Amino acid sequence: MLSVFLEVLRRDLLLAWRNRADVLVTLAFFTIVACLFPFGVGAEPNLLRTIAPGVLWVAALLATLLSLHRLFAQDHTDGVLEQLLLSPEPPVLWVLAKVLAHWLTTAVPLIVAAPALALLFDMTQSATMVLVLSLLLGTPILSLLGGVGAALTLGLRGGGMLLALLVLPLFVPILIFGAGAVDADLAGTGAAAHLMLLGGGSLAALALAPWASAAALRIAVE
Amino acid sequence: METGQRFSLFRYAAPQQFYPLAGRLAPWFAAAAVVFTLIGLYLGFFVAPTDAVQGEVYRVIFIHVPAAWMSMFVYLIMAFWSAVGIVFNTRLSAMMAQALAPTGAMFCFVALWTGALWGRPTWGAYWVWDARLTSQLLLLFLYFGFMALTRAIEDPRRADKAGAILALVGAINVPIIYFSVKWWNTLHQGASVSLTKAPSMATTMLMAMLVMALAAWAYTIAVVLWRVRPLILERERHTEWVGDVLETSEARA
Amino acid sequence: MIWQSWSDFWSMGGAAFFVWGSYGVTFALIALELVLVLRRRKQVVHRLQRLRQAMKASARRKEIHQ
Repeated sequence: MLSVFLEVLRRDLLLAWRNRADVLVTLAFFTIVACLFPFGVGAEPNLLRTIAPGVLWVAALLATLLSLHRLFAQDHTDGVLEQLLLSPEPPVLWVLAKVLAHWLTTAVPLIVAAPALALLFDMTQSATMVLVLSLLLGTPILSLLGGVGAALTLGLRGGGMLLALLVLPLFVPILIFGAGAVDADLAGTGAAAHLMLLGGGSLAALALAPWASAAALRIAVE
Repeated sequence: METGQRFSLFRYAAPQQFYPLAGRLAPWFAAAAVVFTLIGLYLGFFVAPTDAVQGEVYRVIFIHVPAAWMSMFVYLIMAFWSAVGIVFNTRLSAMMAQALAPTGAMFCFVALWTGALWGRPTWGAYWVWDARLTSQLLLLFLYFGFMALTRAIEDPRRADKAGAILALVGAINVPIIYFSVKWWNTLHQGASVSLTKAPSMATTMLMAMLVMALAAWAYTIAVVLWRVRPLILERERHTEWVGDVLETSEARA
Repeated sequence: MIWQSWSDFWSMGGAAFFVWGSYGVTFALIALELVLVLRRRKQVVHRLQRLRQAMKASARRKEIHQ
């Protein structure tokens, strides 16, 4: 049972390593989107400090969205998905492995890069800490829910835009609590409640989303 | 007809049985919608008094509130049919879900539109990022997502199932979205605008609103039945009974 | 009686744009939806009938050839 999980995880990480340009592109996108905002709203430091949590969270969300279509597409075209579905192993396991690989290769680089971007927006040290924590707890939900969307739109014409339409409304609560955590820290009310809600959301998504993804994949491949 | 089947609702789960039933029922619901609308409008415009605080503009409420209710109910019913489709593997339930979506989206838009027009004179802005308005907007996006997905998939069986999964995922998320937006709203907005404070409504106002809500229900049922009929024909076009239907409607035309 | 005259009714205490704008758009959308639904029904029946006739014709041709 566990061996499938580890095998798929290893394979996906290896593939990601071979196509590491993709990971870098996602990271570059994240950085550029975040850097666009000062040009748009002006470089007034107080204003930048205020919008920073929201900007960084929106940028992370869009960067994740951009990478989602890769989650199952490769395996779909070369038939690996079909084989995995035919195997006796429960699909939830390897779906989870693939989502974990996606999170490790897209979200983790973003989280590592976030403090550097926080510097550009002159965020305080504690706010940056909270931002990183909120990203750590919130981005798994993006990958898990996004996986459902990616599975539903697998192989469809114009799948990328459709995927955005499907998952972006579902991402709104994560954005609210993620950016809200940093805001709460800045306001001095403490971010614990927000972070706990994000963590709870991650656990709930972990329990439910892989089943939906697996069901959607089965439909897509049938 | 076997006696055991006579009282079974499941008999109508077969598209062949449901198609003529829908055709027979729809005009009655449409007529009910017209009657309720006329009564509701009469109550709303000629019986309900002028509101002491808001003046005449509050009369938007007679479509705004029923439309908002309807947009939420329709999504719930869509999710219900989707669950039925997944559990019992009935074809008809997916068709019902797809026939419901455009009407739900329409009511969602109506709720937003009338909310904006009501908001301008009442609180001075067409749009405020209030919890209800914002979750209504997100609900509209969920409807669009459902419609776009089911239309983008060419294989109807895949479209049915994918749509069902999406509707269920959305239905789980609707309350989460609502509460998160509410939380966000209380943090970000001062007390300048309060929509939650229920205006003290005269009984006649409430009556007019409820009658309009009934009209919205009847309209939705009628239009959904009308929309599901051609859907059934398309899906079942290889069966004999659809052939018969086509022959007879040709004879009429 | 709430309204003194019809013009009083139509002016809605100065909120005519907001009230009638709401009702107008709502009923226009409902009318549009009904038109679309009924037209779709006609289109589907027409298309399926043509499809059916084409299938019948090709079946007949096959019979003749045999």
